[in-house]
Amino acid sequence: MRFSGLRVIKEGLTGNRGWTPHWRDATPKDAYDVVIIGGGGHGLATAYYLARNHGITNVAVLEKGYLGGGNVGRNTTIVRANYFLPGNSEFYSHSLKLWEGLEQDLNYNVMHSQRGQIALFHNDAQRDAAIRRGNAIRNQGDDADLLTPDDLRRVLPYLDYEQTRFPIYGGLLQRRAGTARHDAVAWGFARGASDRGVDLIQNCEVTGIDIDAGKVRGVQTTRGAIRAGKVAIVVAGRSSQVAAMAGMRLPIESHVLQAFVTEGLKPCIDHVVSFGMGHFYISQSDKGGLVFGGDLDFHASYAARGNLPMAEHVMEAGMTLMPMIGKAKLLRSWGGIMDMTPDGSPIIDRTDVDGLYFNGGWCYGGFKAVPGSGYSMAHLVATGRHHEPAARFRLDRFLTGRGLMDEEGTGAQHNLH
Amino acid sequence: MRITCPVCGERDRREFHYKGDAVALNRPDPDAGDAAWDDYIHTRDNPAGETRDLWYHETGCAAWIVVTRNTVSHEVLDTRLASDVVRGAGKRGGGVRK
Repeated sequence: MRFSGLRVIKEGLTGNRGWTPHWRDATPKDAYDVVIIGGGGHGLATAYYLARNHGITNVAVLEKGYLGGGNVGRNTTIVRANYFLPGNSEFYSHSLKLWEGLEQDLNYNVMHSQRGQIALFHNDAQRDAAIRRGNAIRNQGDDADLLTPDDLRRVLPYLDYEQTRFPIYGGLLQRRAGTARHDAVAWGFARGASDRGVDLIQNCEVTGIDIDAGKVRGVQTTRGAIRAGKVAIVVAGRSSQVAAMAGMRLPIESHVLQAFVTEGLKPCIDHVVSFGMGHFYISQSDKGGLVFGGDLDFHASYAARGNLPMAEHVMEAGMTLMPMIGKAKLLRSWGGIMDMTPDGSPIIDRTDVDGLYFNGGWCYGGFKAVPGSGYSMAHLVATGRHHEPAARFRLDRFLTGRGLMDEEGTGAQHNLH
Repeated sequence: MRITCPVCGERDRREFHYKGDAVALNRPDPDAGDAAWDDYIHTRDNPAGETRDLWYHETGCAAWIVVTRNTVSHEVLDTRLASDVVRGAGKRGGGVRK
């Protein structure tokens, strides 16, 4: 089934009886060439690009819950490519280019909206850092523009410019950044993979990884044993548990990150705006809700819900930046499980087990990475070689110290990112 | 989440700074080798369930505390002064097991 404007009109006139399920809910076969553990954004994108780019379609995606039920369904939907360090810079640049063609490629409306992201700064040092970052982004070939307070007043008239504690000195704008409908991204990749023959298997929890003589042979699941030539672990917050099934311990600590949404309002926030005071970022969804988030709660957690101190801190940051949102009623808050690495950058790499690959450590930045991560992971699984834009996401960088990507410059240690 | 400081009693989580896994109490010898130090600094069990981590009572008595808690439910199960844990598994009292 192909989506098109004509199809929408035709279905609208004929009672919407022609729509079909977007993907097959498959039952597991005995064996696959590739088994992907994890049916989130990254796992589904990996399956899609394995089929699309490498012609590998004898693939199963195993998901213990439902497709897209993890972080891809609970993030703040921001898509950007404004990273500073080599390694991250080229990877997110590649991912943003994939985003820009994604809807045509998938024939699926992911509501990708390049509304621009503005990162505010509040003192001279932050301005210098923003200029340096902007130049790095431009060197990478992406866009960055420095906005003065006068520029900002024209596009963001609702900010509190007069405050003495965090005066607004300007902002770094990336016009090509924006948002996307997060669930639709998972659904679009699921549909694209399923159409090409990939089996998407839900309610199928992996309980063991079979390894024989240093080579992966398959997985044990709640729906029986499945043999596999290659296995890819793509499970974000649960990385440590699944890797432990293969005898691995990872440089990952799982933390809770909270997000919030208000009642639907008329359009008022046209961009993604992030506050340089700490961690606060906000955009408005197409339904009208203000979607915003803050920093980690800063303790290891699998609860997928946060604590009130961070909720209070995020509200304070929002009120400090844009007092107008104080009258909006909060509808929901929720938490996700962030697979935090010591340097705050991800891992796409092979493991010591032949045929076993690992993708994780996305920290709190995994959503914008979904297409790039799937593309590069599929390349690694299919060819055995690292894909150039993701070639620095090595598992051994912590042991050797070579190629650490500490974007915040705080040190490559847990609890600092 | 509220944490019971062995010195000050039950306090708001905001009084405490989180350091991370209590592995920090098992510092390797300086010449233990790259693998041991990599393991100590970077690698974590990261359990979904009961864990032991180090908290600093930053705005209280400045004690370092080993907190045993559940990462799934956020329940705090036990708190002990890190100094007692290091000296011999909290024998000098201070352990508050609920």
